[in-house]
Formats: sequence, C-alpha cells, structure tokens
Amino acid sequence: MKIFREILSPLVAVLAAFVVGGIIVLLIGDSPFEAFRHLIGNSFGSLNDIGYMLFIATPLIFTGLAVAVAFRCGLLNIGAEGQLYVAAFATAWVGIKFGGTIVNVFGENVDYSWTSLPSYILIPFCMLTAIIAGGIWGAIPGILKAKFGSHEVINTIMLNFIAIALVSYFTQYYYKQAGDPIMQTVPIGEAAHIPRISQFVPGMPDFVPLSVAFLLAILMCVLVYIFLWKTKWGYELRAVGENPSAAEYGGISPKKQIIIAMTISGALAGMVAIGEVMGDRYRYYHDFSGEVGFLGIAVALLGRNHPLGVFLAAIFFAILRRGGIFVDAFTEHVSKDLVEVLQAVVILFVASLQRFSKK
Amino acid sequence: MSEIFSIALIFSTIRFATPLIFAALGGMFSERSGVINIALEGLMLAGAFTAAVVTYETGNPFVGFFCGMVAGAVLAFFYALACIKFEADQVVAGFGINILMLGLPALLSSAIYDSAGSTEQIAKDNLLPDFFGINIASYLAFLLVPICWYIFYKTPFGLRLRATGENPAAADAAGINVTNLRYTAVILSGVLAAAGGAYLSIGQSSLFTRGMTAGRGFIALAALILAKWKPVPVLLACLFFGFTEALTIPLSNYKLASGENIPVQFVQIIPYVLTIIVLAGFIGLSRAPKSLGIPYRKEK
Repeated sequence: MKIFREILSPLVAVLAAFVVGGIIVLLIGDSPFEAFRHLIGNSFGSLNDIGYMLFIATPLIFTGLAVAVAFRCGLLNIGAEGQLYVAAFATAWVGIKFGGTIVNVFGENVDYSWTSLPSYILIPFCMLTAIIAGGIWGAIPGILKAKFGSHEVINTIMLNFIAIALVSYFTQYYYKQAGDPIMQTVPIGEAAHIPRISQFVPGMPDFVPLSVAFLLAILMCVLVYIFLWKTKWGYELRAVGENPSAAEYGGISPKKQIIIAMTISGALAGMVAIGEVMGDRYRYYHDFSGEVGFLGIAVALLGRNHPLGVFLAAIFFAILRRGGIFVDAFTEHVSKDLVEVLQAVVILFVASLQRFSKK
Repeated sequence: MSEIFSIALIFSTIRFATPLIFAALGGMFSERSGVINIALEGLMLAGAFTAAVVTYETGNPFVGFFCGMVAGAVLAFFYALACIKFEADQVVAGFGINILMLGLPALLSSAIYDSAGSTEQIAKDNLLPDFFGINIASYLAFLLVPICWYIFYKTPFGLRLRATGENPAAADAAGINVTNLRYTAVILSGVLAAAGGAYLSIGQSSLFTRGMTAGRGFIALAALILAKWKPVPVLLACLFFGFTEALTIPLSNYKLASGENIPVQFVQIIPYVLTIIVLAGFIGLSRAPKSLGIPYRKEK
C-alpha cells in the first residue's frame, strides 16, 4: 500500500498536467493529441533521439538529487541554479588555467593558461572542482541557517543572483575572448574533455553531446540511495528532516546535519558542470543552464525525493523538454512554452496532494 | 561624479522603485497573515501580461491596469487555494506559480500575436501617462504606503491580519475567521503585485516580454525582509533598491581616470548581499511573522 501511495500522487499530478495543458492547447486552437504526440514522440525513435533525451536528463538527475537530499533533511534548496553556475565557471577556470588554453586574438596568440596537465590528472581535477565549488556555494546557506537561523529559501534565492552576477563579472572582465560577442569564456583545454557515449555506441552520431556524465549521474543515484538509507550519516540526516527536536534529543546535532545536507546538495548541483562544461560546450557559457537548477525542484517533488523516483522524473521532464522543440516547429500555434506550463501544473499538484500521500 | 549623481538619477530611482513598492506592499499583506509569498514574481508577470494585452486591444491603459490587477487576484486565488485549502508547501507552490507565469503568457502571446513570447508594441499615447516626468502609477505606489499603514495599524482588519500572522490559534479563539482572512490577504497581495507588473509593461515599457520582471518579485521580497514587514520601511527599502538599479545606468557609461569601467555587477548584487546580512541578524534582527509558512488547521 505504501508504494501505491508513493506513486499515486505523482501519477495524478502528471495526468492533471496533461488535462490542463490539453485544455489550454484546445483553447489556443490546436489539437491536444497532435501537440502531445510531438511532445512525447520524439525521444525514442532513434539512437540520436535517445541520446539527446538522456543528455537533457543528465543535469536534471543531478539537480533533482541535490534538491532531494536537502528535502530529506527538511530543507528546500532553491539555490541549485546558483550552485551549478559557480561550479560551471570554476570548472571552466581550471580547464583553462591547467589545460594549456591558447587563443588566437586578432592574429596574436594569447596564452590564458598557467600550465598544461595531462588528461588523467586534469579530468579528475576539473570534476573535483565542480563538486567542491558547488559544495561551498551550497554550504553558505547551510552555515547561515545553522549559525543564525536565517531561512535557507531566502538565502539561496539571494545567492543565485549573487552567483550569476559574480560569474558574469569574471567572464566579462577576465576570461572572455576579446571581441567575442557572446558572453562565454575561452575554451577549456582538450585534455579536460570527457568522452562522449557515441564513442562506445556504434550508430550514435558524434554530435550527440551525451557524455559519460550520464553514467556518473546514474552512479550518483546509487550512491545517494546508499548514503541516505544504508549509512549512519544518512540516517542522522533524515532523522533531522523528520523531526529536528526528536533527533536532537537522540543525540544528533541538527545544525551539523543542516550544514552537511546543504553541502552535499550543492556538490550534487555542481556536478551539472561536468556534463555541460567538460562534455558539451567545452567552456563556461552564460545562460547555459536553461534553469535546470529550478527544474530540479520539480524533479525531486515528482520523484518523491527518492533516487529512483528522481531518475524517472528526470527522464520524464527530459522527454518534455526535448519534445518542446518539435511542438514549436510542427504545430500551428502552440509554442515550447507549453512545457513550462506542464511543469508548473505538475509542481502545483504534487505540492497540493502532499497531504493526502502522508500516512 | 556629477555624471553619475544627477537629477536624472532621482527620476530613474522613482521609476525603478515603483514596481517594487507595489509588489513589496502586496507581499506584506500575505506574509503578515502567515502565508509566504515567493509567488510575487509570477503575480507581477500575470499583471504585466494581462495589462499589455488589454491595453493593446482596447487602447485604454486604465482598463489594462485594472484588468492586470484582476488577473493578479485570480492567480493569487489559485495560489491561496493550494496553500490554504490543500496545505501545500508554500514555497513550492509559489515556485510553481512563478514557473507557470514564465510559460503561460509566452504560450498565449505567441498564439495570439504569432511572435516568440512577446505582445504587440502599444502606441505611446496609449501608455500610462506621466505627470511632471513621473508616471501616474508611481504616484499611486507612493500613495499606497500611507494607505497600507492606515489599514495595518488603524483598522480592525489590520489588527486581525497581524494577529493571525503571529498566532492563528489565538486569533481563531478570538473569533477571527483565519481561513477567510488569509484568502483575502493573499488575493490582495496578488492585486498589488500585479499592479507593479502592469506598470512595467504599460508604464515603464510598452509591451510584455517573456519573464520581463527579471527577478523584481524577489527583490521586492528582499525589500520586505529588509523592512521587517512594515509599510514605511518597505518604501525606504524599495527606494534604496530602486536607487541601486538606477545607478547601473550612469555607471555603465562612466569611466574611471584609468579608463576602466566600474563593473555594474557589484552594484547589482547590493540588494541580495544586504538581504543575507540582515537575515543573519547583523543589522538588527529581522523577525518574520511567527506563523509564516505554517498552514492553519482548525481544531475540531
């Protein structure tokens, strides 16, 4: 019965989203079935389709896990967006400084790097940077909450804006190639590139940006599960989430757990940088995230804050996000903004049904 | 320095503060009743979009402004329904409203006007008019501050509102209908936030674009916290945040003696950094209404 209750409210929410979305599509003057066919039907047809869909799912798995871990400790991390921005820039910075980046600016070679490290050092170095940078940015609201009791929701919202402003400052003033009209850093060294899945799967085109970051995301689902349910630390973290005063009575420090949970949450969000910077764009790129940090909240909610649920919810939202492009192109009036409306309805319904799914 | 600090700076401060004042005053109603309002951003967008469409179609900005506020009220009702009736997590539901208002106006405007997420340009004569260089909506925003103060501290409704936010159970015992009061407060916050949004699309600008509030709902929330949920400090906080935004215009053209720009990013983050500092209690304690974020269930 417990499992039934766990999956019932997400299913109702998804159904409600399609009903509400369908009505809106109908009012706009298109066929809902046609729109939904484009929305869902473009993620499984070929290796190309599957590859792209999983590429879109990868950051959603990381941010979904990030939000879920914080949720389990009773915290709402709205700051995944800021955490992954800081992580992406830091990762690119290491990839540039230690990756031997030399750029031709107006006919002159400019060396942006300090040194050139080999792949087997640089790749782990960049990955650790992503994790640590995200972790630090996540730890700040955790510490603020533990030390001063200030609400993590407000602080993470503020830190998102601060992160994006700081990162755009450093990009604009120090790491943007002179004359580049786009707000992006110079490229990272080739030694920092991680392999794409197309290298191992015959028939998948090279341009599909699905990289080993996806495998890392699956690994993190497993690790988060083990951490939360099979270790003492995870037990303590969840105990604080269930009932902070009972946990404290039982000898667990809620303050310590809050800091730990926010740090892990930030680190998971930071791992988005691995796929995006080291596997796709090979640089930090302003607005690269497409708000995956915020979507992580929807992913965690729909996935009931369980790693398996997060994985499935990330796949679901990835299908919609990919489908949005086709809706834009192939329906007369409906645009890809339909995806956001569906996301919003899912969030509102899951949140509103929460009470009924509790025992 | 005179290139930066000029008369124009005062006018642009008022201009940038206006939407913040509307939204922050709105947020004050809902939060003082005990309902967190992260949805201010989405409520502003609802007002901005509706006002732009109605003004374009009717040619009358006052009808547009009014319809924008109605749209805010309707959306706020749904938000209140989720938070009060269904006891949804208020932050999560508010967040859902924000995402909805990112997608829905863009979806509708691209269907109505066949353009990617923005509405048609409104003729200059059909926008909210200026008087002495200041928009009529700005006068309204400033006027609302004493009105809200009066409502809060001099009327029975205000007293009940504050009591509910601090201790809903005691308010209930004293015969106040907590549920109705919270619905009223949240809907009022929708009306006011939407007015701020409407000013953006038919006062400051002349069309709606996707996500045009650009985080102003959150800045308004920050102003509310900085102002410790009180009307007059809300005005001051909004003016200060409006000033920091206004400052970025002359700063981006200003060059230091060394020929370098002053990075606007450092000015832009002032409101956010300040909010974190204030929340941490470094500049006097900012204490939220006690029942903020907690659904109230009447004991049977």
